[in-house]
Amino acid sequence: MTKEFKRSDGRKPDEIRAMEAKVGVVPNANGSAMFSFGDTIAIAAVYGPKKMHPQHQQDPEKGTLRCKYSMLSFSVSERIRPGPNRRSTEISKITEWALEPVLMIKKYPNMAIDVHINILQANASTRCAGINAAALALAHAGIPMKDIVSSISIGKIDKQLVVDLNKDEEDWEEGEGSTDIPITMTSGGEITHIQLDGRITSKELKEVIELARKVMKEIYEVQKKALKDSVREIK
Amino acid sequence: MKTSKLTEKRIKEYLAEGKRFDGRKPGEFREISIETGVSKKAEGSARVKIGKTEVIVGIKLDVSEPYPDSPDKGKLIVTSELLPLSSPRFESGPPKFPAIELARLIDRAIRESKFIEFEKLCIKEGEKVWAVFIDIYSINDDGNLIDAAGIGTLVALKTARLPKYDEKNEKVLYEESSNKKMPLSKEIPIIVTTHKIGDNILVDPTLEEEDISEVRITIGGTIDGTIFSIQKGNPKEISIKNIYKILDFDEKIRKKVFLNIENNLFKKD
Repeated sequence: MTKEFKRSDGRKPDEIRAMEAKVGVVPNANGSAMFSFGDTIAIAAVYGPKKMHPQHQQDPEKGTLRCKYSMLSFSVSERIRPGPNRRSTEISKITEWALEPVLMIKKYPNMAIDVHINILQANASTRCAGINAAALALAHAGIPMKDIVSSISIGKIDKQLVVDLNKDEEDWEEGEGSTDIPITMTSGGEITHIQLDGRITSKELKEVIELARKVMKEIYEVQKKALKDSVREIK
Repeated sequence: MKTSKLTEKRIKEYLAEGKRFDGRKPGEFREISIETGVSKKAEGSARVKIGKTEVIVGIKLDVSEPYPDSPDKGKLIVTSELLPLSSPRFESGPPKFPAIELARLIDRAIRESKFIEFEKLCIKEGEKVWAVFIDIYSINDDGNLIDAAGIGTLVALKTARLPKYDEKNEKVLYEESSNKKMPLSKEIPIIVTTHKIGDNILVDPTLEEEDISEVRITIGGTIDGTIFSIQKGNPKEISIKNIYKILDFDEKIRKKVFLNIENNLFKKD
């Protein structure tokens, strides 16, 4: 009875969807970028560093990174009511935690760095696309960073490990079902973000992390190229 | 007031020698005490104390329409409120991130583990199912509200009884218990949060320790190593090696916490 799992778009297990990255997509912002995994498209814009308001939230020891993740109402099949919800509030915070480790934020006491992330079109892995775009936008804004972070979702669909889940895979229910593990790492292989939903053994989870480490390099290269290309344009 | 730099330094010095201010080892919980039936009006409820930290979890049921994508399954709605009475740090008003996250962490561990057998909570397919509301309130915050809420949720669910439902008049008869237990599976999701401070890992931080936590990893899983949910918190990176260490450490502690809950509760059954 159970269907055998096959990737709906014919990709190999460790194949990421076509990626695209571009910086400078929002001229008004201090830094901006778009990043896409196939049909999942995120744009991010950085405003700041600027004086933190409200004033009582100022931190005299370091700057404050504030991220806002939001899906456009028409980015999914069933329209999302605009405005924050519990899911987007959590992803916003997770994104801050994913990015802050590489920011040299101590250089900006009493300041705020705002990062706005919007998902234009969603076919799963939106938080990862958002983090990738945000990391690029921060670099584009010229905020000093120790490293860049790259993010990808690894999935265990039934028993098969795959990278960069799409919606069909995220919704897979046959066999062992779908386990979604979004992970963010620095290019040096330090983990700045990991989440998991599903069912997995700790042995399998270790394989997941190894796989993430392996494919993360491809995302890093795409991000690096986007940044380099932007510099060339200025010349 | 947040933990001062001076205290932070001393906590780290202690940890470097494997010690903590209250004499515990890094992998040791404070004393856990569990009380059930703390609210007669709830279908199930529990009060959990871990040291000075205290939460109350209550279960309410209602009959409602199923979600379109699961017409034959009950629903789960988890909410948490960090009550202003429980800490000078909490203010009234709409829920802020920590309350939202707490509810979502519990929600995901319970949902992904399939601990509640939702297919048994269907009254009439496509029309009526039981909705399970898990509501978590902090009574006193001295760190580790997440794990306390996790224990409270398990115990409250374990003791919950379904109310009677009058299908003719479409009314839930809350005052008449059906004596039917909440349908639960054998795979119990235990939530244990491990923290990394400097090079040390520990569980069940006091508020003082929680304030200076660099990496927080919350895992919902069984005692035999199946993992249902993970969330990394706090803005510091962690190496792959240390994540592996935490995965093994957390699993060991989950076993201990499970035994503790059993001793506390299931022997009274």
